[in-house]
Formats: sequence, structure tokens, C-alpha cells
Amino acid sequence: MNNPSSQPNGLNPQGRRAIEIVNAGLARRYRKERRFRLYGISAILASLLFLSFLFGSIISKGYSAFQQTFIQLDIFFDPAILSQESLSTANYPGIVKQSLRQMFPEVKSRQDKRMLYRLVSSGASFQIRQMVLDSPEMIGQTLQVWVIADDDIDMLEKGHFDLEAPEGERRIKDIQLAWVDRLKKESRIEKRFNRILFTAGDSREPELAGILGAVAGSFYTLLVTLLLSFPIGIASAVYLEEFATQNRWTDLIEVNINNLAAVPSIVFGLLGLAVFLNFFGLPRSAPLVGGLVLTLMTLPTIIIASRASLQSVPPSIREAALGIGASKMQMVTHHVLPLALPGILTGTIIGMARALGESAPLLMIGMVAFIVDVPGGFTDPSTVLPVQIFLWADSPERAFVERTSAATIVLLAFLIIMNASAVYLRKKFERRW
Amino acid sequence: MFRKSVLIGTALIFLVSAGSVYAASARDYISIVGSSTVYPFATVVAEQFGKTTSYKTPKIESTGSGGGLKLFCAGVGVEHPDITNASRAIKKSEYDKCQKNGVKEIVEVKIGYDGIVVANSKKTAPMKLTRKDLFLALAKDVPNPKGGETLVPNPYKTWKDVNPSLPNVKIEVLGPPPTSGTRDAFVELAMEGGAKKFDWIKAMKKKDKKAYKAICHTVREDGAYVEAGENDNLIVQKLDANPNALGIFGFSFLDQNTDIIQGSFVDGVQPTFDAIADGQYPVSRPLFFYVKKAHVGVIPGIQEYLNEFTSDKAWGPDGYLSEKGMIPMPDEERAQFQSDVKALKPITMK
Repeated sequence: MNNPSSQPNGLNPQGRRAIEIVNAGLARRYRKERRFRLYGISAILASLLFLSFLFGSIISKGYSAFQQTFIQLDIFFDPAILSQESLSTANYPGIVKQSLRQMFPEVKSRQDKRMLYRLVSSGASFQIRQMVLDSPEMIGQTLQVWVIADDDIDMLEKGHFDLEAPEGERRIKDIQLAWVDRLKKESRIEKRFNRILFTAGDSREPELAGILGAVAGSFYTLLVTLLLSFPIGIASAVYLEEFATQNRWTDLIEVNINNLAAVPSIVFGLLGLAVFLNFFGLPRSAPLVGGLVLTLMTLPTIIIASRASLQSVPPSIREAALGIGASKMQMVTHHVLPLALPGILTGTIIGMARALGESAPLLMIGMVAFIVDVPGGFTDPSTVLPVQIFLWADSPERAFVERTSAATIVLLAFLIIMNASAVYLRKKFERRW
Repeated sequence: MFRKSVLIGTALIFLVSAGSVYAASARDYISIVGSSTVYPFATVVAEQFGKTTSYKTPKIESTGSGGGLKLFCAGVGVEHPDITNASRAIKKSEYDKCQKNGVKEIVEVKIGYDGIVVANSKKTAPMKLTRKDLFLALAKDVPNPKGGETLVPNPYKTWKDVNPSLPNVKIEVLGPPPTSGTRDAFVELAMEGGAKKFDWIKAMKKKDKKAYKAICHTVREDGAYVEAGENDNLIVQKLDANPNALGIFGFSFLDQNTDIIQGSFVDGVQPTFDAIADGQYPVSRPLFFYVKKAHVGVIPGIQEYLNEFTSDKAWGPDGYLSEKGMIPMPDEERAQFQSDVKALKPITMK
């Protein structure tokens, strides 16, 4: 009854013109709208702030892990130690120790010697071994070799130790500091790009630990997940959307799918343990089982995204196809599915990204484990990137702190690439009607 | 056509992987499960073993002592682990379960000791605690401070309330959750040790073991003891941020962070390598692993792994395990276990 249009002269019962009422309230309404926008902007700013804080703290902690300290030693490939018969089992640590003793001849006491040997990583002897095995002709020569420094020296070079503290409370003693200073003066210490981080499997020595094993494990796991969940997801979405009749059964299935999408991921791990390991007897810690478990987890996401994408294809396309004589299957495979594919792919990639970042369900099936060898197949024991991050975060050595952050940076990079490609696919191929 | 070949390719990949499942039934690497306390030591040995021999590096899962023994005792065969690590000795019930499932012969290997430290930030003075202080400060029910042989809910708010010689700061202890072996050992060694100082509680042990255990092993839940999760690095960081708090964790974390935190005196002894090694420091526990004898010779490399673990360069006083913070056993004890391992002498429990 207050409808102004019912008043032919544009007057309301109080005798004011409607436009006056509107004008009176206009400033207030504008203010309200500005405030509303402000809320939105501040919400976005707040989340950006948290995000930049997260990225800032991870990157500031982790960037130094991409460099590793090396020490140059004069290695004498002693023919007395390296007898030709047993080159692979010779006393390589002895060669490294001998070279250290020659460089610091003043070190005499047993305890000091032990500290001296600790300047270089235990990986140095494996490095020398590899060199000798690759080219045995260097036996008898003295060569300058850059070997990996121990993690404590690495941390010292990166400034992670408080040198003001009394000597007894430091992991690096004064005598070691003097050695390091001397090596520095002779420019025998330098930081290089940390290739080991990307080419090695896990290790308990931080300076020898790498993420290749975990990345390979993640790759095999996700490959299984993709190969299973993509076809199964699309098939179920197409059937439910295009063929199934709406009845109580399909309603029940739909409720269940939506429900599964919200189930905590650890539950899928328990299911995997009970079904795949205990019932089918598949091997523990294998990417095959990890992939199966993550398939269960990502399927609901993919089905829901695919159905939404199929729904957005207008019915006129279907009717036109059927109208010119296509069968239902031809209608789906020739017209509806190609048009819905960008959306389906986006959903799949987002589901895969979630699977990549998942560690909880893998705990139950034995993928949270110390595995040094890089897995070479679907049934080799392996771990995945997020689990590797978890394991490193739990290690006592100080140098694992930066490696934890570095591994997180790599995981984030993968996630950003996957999500960006999802956005790109959507932008590029999505059609709006 | 293209779709068809994709389908066939997918099917092929799965056939191949299914085939390799069967191939994997002859496992060529050692599978180890068990305690998260032994994990940092076992992994070092495993890595060394993998690098210096032609065998594959063993796979080590960190499942906790109880979880490890459960998997270990599930049966004999390649799908079951070969070795389980434990930060406590096997229990009778677990041994019986092993026997029932056909795991008849189990070789016990004691590898060394681990100290449990109560530490605080270097920014304040070290605490001088006794086990009795720890019991009174952390138990859920404590003997009535007014005397008598009754229990009251823990009334103590500050350390000074517990013991007048301690500083007047709020009791705030960050420690591991009940699932952790470190927690088990702490309540058993520190709190039970402190509770025993009360004669009437000690007398209860004979009369009513259950009630005795409940008194000694129940940690207060009113916020003074904070369960900080299994991540000991996190506890170290929190101690650095809050100088009034104490933290409970294994010695290796103190060893790696001596510039940030310090161990509290317990019964007058500070947790140092030497004090734990010669048994002066009261809160230390032995570490073990258990080997399934039936798997030795079937899974390649078990005997060699045992040899590596029990060699002096690994578990000896100057070995690489001591560098990682494990406290080695005295020479005679080491020699004893070394010969037991050589002979693969199984344990018996009646």
C-alpha cells in the first residue's frame, strides 16, 4: 500500500514526493554501501596479510637451504689405501681424514682430531668413492676436491649459531672456529647451490638429505590417483547427470557423495588399512596403495565438479543433438562432454592438488617412514612430499629447520602451478551461455 | 581410436603394477617399525648400512613402541615387519600375543640409553628439582600437604608452593601426550620415583598395585601440564619464547640445542652425556629393538644390519650413534648383547 506508483501524483500519504524521501536517505545508503565494500576489502587484506606472513616466514627460513657450504680439501688418492681389487670397499673415510690431518698438522690430541674430522660431512667419503670408481686413473695423484661440509659448519656459515654464547654451550667450539677462519682465509670454504636437496633421497644427515625420493613417491602416488579417479569420476558424473532417472536411489547416492567429500581424510586411511592392506594383502608403504586411498578421497571432489560442469551445458545443445538423430551416447561423447571438459579438468586438478598436500591418510598405510632409496615403481616403499616435511620438522638437527621450509617451498610451488593451470584452463576454454 | 588406445594403455599400466605386486611378495629390503625415540638412531644405522653394503636401505616407520610391537607380533611372513624398535622392554601380554601368532623366537637387543630431560630456557637460571618435586608438581592427586595419608586434588600453583627453595613462578610444563613413549618413561621414572618418597604410597604398591599406579602415573589436567604434541622441536621453540615454562623431551633435543635451553638438575644431577652414561642421572631409560628370528636368512641383510648396529663404530662410546645423542651401554653390557646377537639368542618369558 505504500507503493508510490499507486499514487498518481507521486505523493505519498504524508504529502512528500517520493524523490525527496529517496534523496533524504541517499547519503546514508551510500555510506552503507561504502562500509560494506570496506568490509570486503579488509577481509581480503586480512587474508592477504596472513598469506604473506606464511609465505614470508617460510621463505625467510627456507631460502638458505638452497645453498650448501663446501670445503676444499687436498685429497691424496693414496695407492696404499686404494688397492685396485676392492675399490668399492676401500677405506675412503681414511682418505678424507688423512687429508684433513695434513692440512692441519698441528692437531695432535685424539679429541681434537675427532673435532677436526667433524668439519666435513660423512658424505664426503662417498663423494671420493664415486670419483675413484668413475675414473680410477686418478689414484696416486693429489687433487683439490670440494667436499660437503658438516651441517654444523653449514649452520655456522649461514649465521644460525649465537657465537656470543660461552664456548661450553655452543655446538661449535673455539678451536673449530679457528679452523674455519683459516679455511676461509685460504678461500677454501664457499657456499654453492644445494644440488643434493633435489637429487638425493632422505638422509639423517641434513647436508645429505634431499627431496627426490619424496617427489618421486608423490609422482607415483598421484599417477595412480589420477588414472583411477579421473575415469571413474567422469563415468559416475556422466551417468548420474545424463542417464540416471531421478528417484530415491539417485538421491541417496548424491547425498552420500556430498557426505564423502566432507569426511576427514584420516578415515580414508583407516579404510585403506582395513581393505587394501589387511584384506587384499597389498604391500605396506607402496605408492599403489597410497594412490588407491587418495583416489577414494578425491573421487567425491571430482564427481561433484564434473556434475556441476555437465549441468552448466545448456539443454538446447542436448536437444539439438538428439533432434538431428544422435544417439544418447553420441550426444554425450560428441557434444556435452567436450563442452564440459574444461570444468571437469579444473575440478580434477584441484582434487589432485588436495591429494598432493595430503599426509594424514598415508599415516595408516605406512607411508610415514624413513626411506632412503628413491622409489622406482608403484610397489617400492616410498613416502610423499608432505610426509617428508613432517618427518624433517620432527628431526632434532638444527639444519633440518631450513630444509623443512625449503621442502615446503617446493610443495607450495607445485600447488601454485597446479592451481594456476586450473585457473588458466578455465579462463581459456570455458564457454558461457 | 585415440580414446581406445588410452583405455588400453591405462589397463596395461594396471596389469603391470598388479604384476609387480606379486613380484614384491619376495621382499628384498628390511622392514622396521616402532618407537619414535629409537627412530633417529635406527635411521642413522640403516642409512649407513644401505650405503656401505650391497643391500637395500631398510625402511623404517615411526609407529611408537606399542604400535610397533602390535605390527611385529601380527605374524611371520614378508608382509609383517622384521624388526621393531622400542623405548621400553616388551610386555608379557605382547610376548604372549607374539607366541599366539606364531612369532616364536624373538631376539632382544638393548642398544643404549636415552635420558629424559626437564629443560628450560637459557634466559633464566636452571631449576634444581627432585623427583619428589616433579611428582608433587605434576600428579593429578597428591598427598594432603597438611599431613595424613590421604590424597587431595593437586593444590600447587607455583614451584615455590611445591618446594620453598624453588622460584616463585607458575608451574607450566610442556610435555608429550599419553601416546608417547617419552611420556610413559617420564611418569614411570620421574613421577613414580618421586611418589615412592612417600612411605605410605610405596607401601601401597604391594597391597593395591592398580591404585598405586593410578597415583603415580596420572598427570594433572588443570592446565599446568600442557600436552605439546610429539614434535619436540616445537617444545624447544616454545621454551625459548616463554622462559618460565619447562619442557620434557629426549636428551638428543637438548644435545642439539644447548645454546637455547638447559637441562634442569634432577636429584642434584644435571643431564649430561656422562651423567646419563654412568647412571647418576635418575631419569634415563634403556632402548631396545626386537628381531624376528624366523626372518633372519629369509629377508636378505638382517644379520648384516644387526652386525652394523652392534659394531663399536655404531653403538660404542665413540660411535656415530653417540654423536646423535644416544647414551652407550657400559663395555661389559655391550659385549654381552653383542654375543647374544651373534648367537641370535631368543628371549623367554613365562
